[in-house]
Amino acid sequence: MSFIDTIVQGVLLGSLYALFAAGLSLVFGIMRLVNLAHGDLIVLAAFLLLVLVTGLGLHPFLAALVAAPLMFGAGWALQYVLLNRTLGKDVLPPLLVTFGLSIVIQNSLLEGFSADSRRISAGALETASIGFGPVTVGFMPLLGFLSAVAVIVGLNLLIYRSAIGRAFRATSDDAVTAGLMGIRPQRIFAMATGLAMVVVTIAALYLGTRANFDPTAGPARLIYAFEAVIIGGLGSLWGTLAGGVILGVAQTLGAAVNPEWQILAGHLAFLAVLLIKPRGLFPRAVD
Amino acid sequence: MTALLETRGLKAFYGDFQALFGVDISVAKGETIAIIGANGAGKTTLMRAISGVLASDPDAILCRGKPIGALAAPDILAHGIAMVPEGRRLFPSLTVEENLLIGAYNRRGCGTWTLEGVYELFPVLRERRSNPATALSGGQQQMVAIGRALMSNPELLLCDEISLGLAPVVVRDIYAAFPRIRASGASIVIVEQDIGQALKVASRVYCMMEGRITLFGRSEELSRDQIHAAYFGAERHELH
Amino acid sequence: MSIAIPSFKVETRTRASSFSALIGAAVLALAVAAPFLVPRGAVQDLFFILTMLVLAQSWNLLAGYAGLISVGQQAFVGFGAYAMFGAVILFGIDPIVAIPIAGLFGALLAIPTAFFTFRLYGPYFAIGTWVVAEVVRLLLAQWKALGGGTGTSLPREATRDMAGVGLLRDLFGMKAAEASDALTYWLALVLAAATIGLIYRLLRSKRGLGLAAVRDNEQAARAVGVDARRTKALVYLTTAFLTGLAGALIYVQKARISPDAAFSVTDWTAYVIFIVVIGGIGTIEGPIVGVVIFFLLQNLLSDYGSWYLLMLGLIGILIMLFAPRGLWGAFSDRTGIQLFPVRRMLVGGPLAHSHKGGPHG
Repeated sequence: MSFIDTIVQGVLLGSLYALFAAGLSLVFGIMRLVNLAHGDLIVLAAFLLLVLVTGLGLHPFLAALVAAPLMFGAGWALQYVLLNRTLGKDVLPPLLVTFGLSIVIQNSLLEGFSADSRRISAGALETASIGFGPVTVGFMPLLGFLSAVAVIVGLNLLIYRSAIGRAFRATSDDAVTAGLMGIRPQRIFAMATGLAMVVVTIAALYLGTRANFDPTAGPARLIYAFEAVIIGGLGSLWGTLAGGVILGVAQTLGAAVNPEWQILAGHLAFLAVLLIKPRGLFPRAVD
Repeated sequence: MTALLETRGLKAFYGDFQALFGVDISVAKGETIAIIGANGAGKTTLMRAISGVLASDPDAILCRGKPIGALAAPDILAHGIAMVPEGRRLFPSLTVEENLLIGAYNRRGCGTWTLEGVYELFPVLRERRSNPATALSGGQQQMVAIGRALMSNPELLLCDEISLGLAPVVVRDIYAAFPRIRASGASIVIVEQDIGQALKVASRVYCMMEGRITLFGRSEELSRDQIHAAYFGAERHELH
Repeated sequence: MSIAIPSFKVETRTRASSFSALIGAAVLALAVAAPFLVPRGAVQDLFFILTMLVLAQSWNLLAGYAGLISVGQQAFVGFGAYAMFGAVILFGIDPIVAIPIAGLFGALLAIPTAFFTFRLYGPYFAIGTWVVAEVVRLLLAQWKALGGGTGTSLPREATRDMAGVGLLRDLFGMKAAEASDALTYWLALVLAAATIGLIYRLLRSKRGLGLAAVRDNEQAARAVGVDARRTKALVYLTTAFLTGLAGALIYVQKARISPDAAFSVTDWTAYVIFIVVIGGIGTIEGPIVGVVIFFLLQNLLSDYGSWYLLMLGLIGILIMLFAPRGLWGAFSDRTGIQLFPVRRMLVGGPLAHSHKGGPHG
């Protein structure tokens, strides 16, 4: 495998990590909540897609279109009914509740789907590829990369150009005063988590069609998402994309040296960034 | 005629600490009243209770005779009561124009205030529309806070300590806008420490001390001595 | 009107705590005698309970008192266990002697770990500790001398000839396996008692008061001269030491190690968090109550596999939402009973009636 090819594959892998991370970043930016079940929710969405594809015979992309509103509703309800109760000055309750949620989701999936590895079949698209000079790029990974860019552009437009985005930022600044403007913070938070779950569905589509997954795959996705966010710097979605790409490239470079070092190389890149620039490479938020 | 806003024996608590001990005020449609008092008298607490930031008994606050005491802030706003909070509380992540637009988030249908209207009221804001709200001077920030509240087309505007920390000339500029706000049909409650300013703008004045109303009456009928006494607590007066 | 100056005394002792000291002594005596009173299976169960109690007390000190919510304590369990295995296999050190060495290695690991994770804000600290645990796991999985990714076992003769086993055999006529179970059990008992004693003393000390101040309001505590970072780092180091000791002890008893088992987030962190949350976070009694409930649930529901964890997760969530101070916290709030009082109470003078501990931590 040539060096350029390794880098390109790393960038494509990294865009998947950016998709994992975008939802986490969005939710943290608006309500300072870190959802420890984020990875498990990605895996849950992947299983939902699997059911839609194998059960109803839908094409994966169509399945994602069906799953996205379902996941939005689930995220909305999760935030409104459960997580809103945990928000406050103390960081302990949201962390412990989402940690419990992570365990609950993992074990529900184990009960429902067994521990077997699964994969979502994308048919002929799976093997399709496009040549760019010396490098050949798989069609699905390329689509994944374009989706990641589209998601980041879309989220940025939503946050900085729309009325709901204004309400997101206002609530994030000062929820009490936002209430005086007629904004209901509880609903804004629910909306944000619902939106994060739509991004999670997109991430699950590319996770499920790219590689095998099983009910316990969530925590590792959470960790990659977290590393991408921290490398990129809190509060910047483009930074999160860059963070994902750096993580992906580090992993494929590590794997090129020794396949056993793939994950380790990613972690070490993360620790190196934490060492040199604790606030990430492209920080935006003040805290 | 039922008052636009009325409080009846309003009490408020911060945890175990009682901050209001049965406050009665009323505001008629089109009226401007002032609430004066020293620091810690409970003026801001009263505003927070009315605007729904602090919860109260349902029947302790009435809007056109309807109990609204237990409602949350967004529901109070839906009744046409908007607040300019103490310390302005602009959203730092938003530009001046975005701060104004957020005021119209749950805009009521009736009323006249638009972005254009606010810019006519405070022309300087038009020039600074794309700046982050916190980059403005204190007086300009106060204009944004007032404009933001107006954008919801309120029937009652609560202004909490809008002159606090501002130079007298700036305060005069801001109060110069009040006749036009009144002309739009809104009633106004101003909370002030500056007694002179309050008496000039308001037709009636309530004086608060230690969580109670200690004096109230028409502005022109209150003497400086009476206010001074009610302010600092020599004795109690009641005038009508 | 003359004012008498009442004689005040600051005390942390309550009537219940004096009573509990008596009960505690009786329980301890019974626990010491346990290997002679109950069958070997029960001794192993008690060993499990005690080691989980040590992990739970350590995590509780970290999260409940220092506000450092770690989901990466498996790093220290695994590292301690591997340090012990390394000492035994590579250097032929006696497993019992290797346990304190492992504790020191745990504390040693905490230094670079803290260096990285303390840069992360609250919730991200949690995931940061998890990443570090993953890094340590992946690195140790590369160590072929200790079995790499598949792991290895302690040499049979190492556990058979452990210091003390021979003595127990000769003194009480125990079989080798029996003697080694009794030995590890007693060590676990000592470790658990020492951990509770240490935490109790720490919390009653001036530094413990500083800890409470930091947890309640870090800025205010700093303003009155409490060095928040230093105090937190000290707690982090202490718990790493205790957790490393517990990890080594657990794996002396298991005698077989693999990276996945030694660094299991479920076994060494999820269970521990549920024990503390269910029992009552921020109290010394909580983890004790929690570990007993955890053990009962596990025996009751262990046949149900993932249903068991699912239930544990749900119980944890419900407790966090509706009784955030756990079962002991709810009980203590209602009755005012504290067995390990660490709150300071003003005794004597006109406030003497305020003996009951209120809900103010």
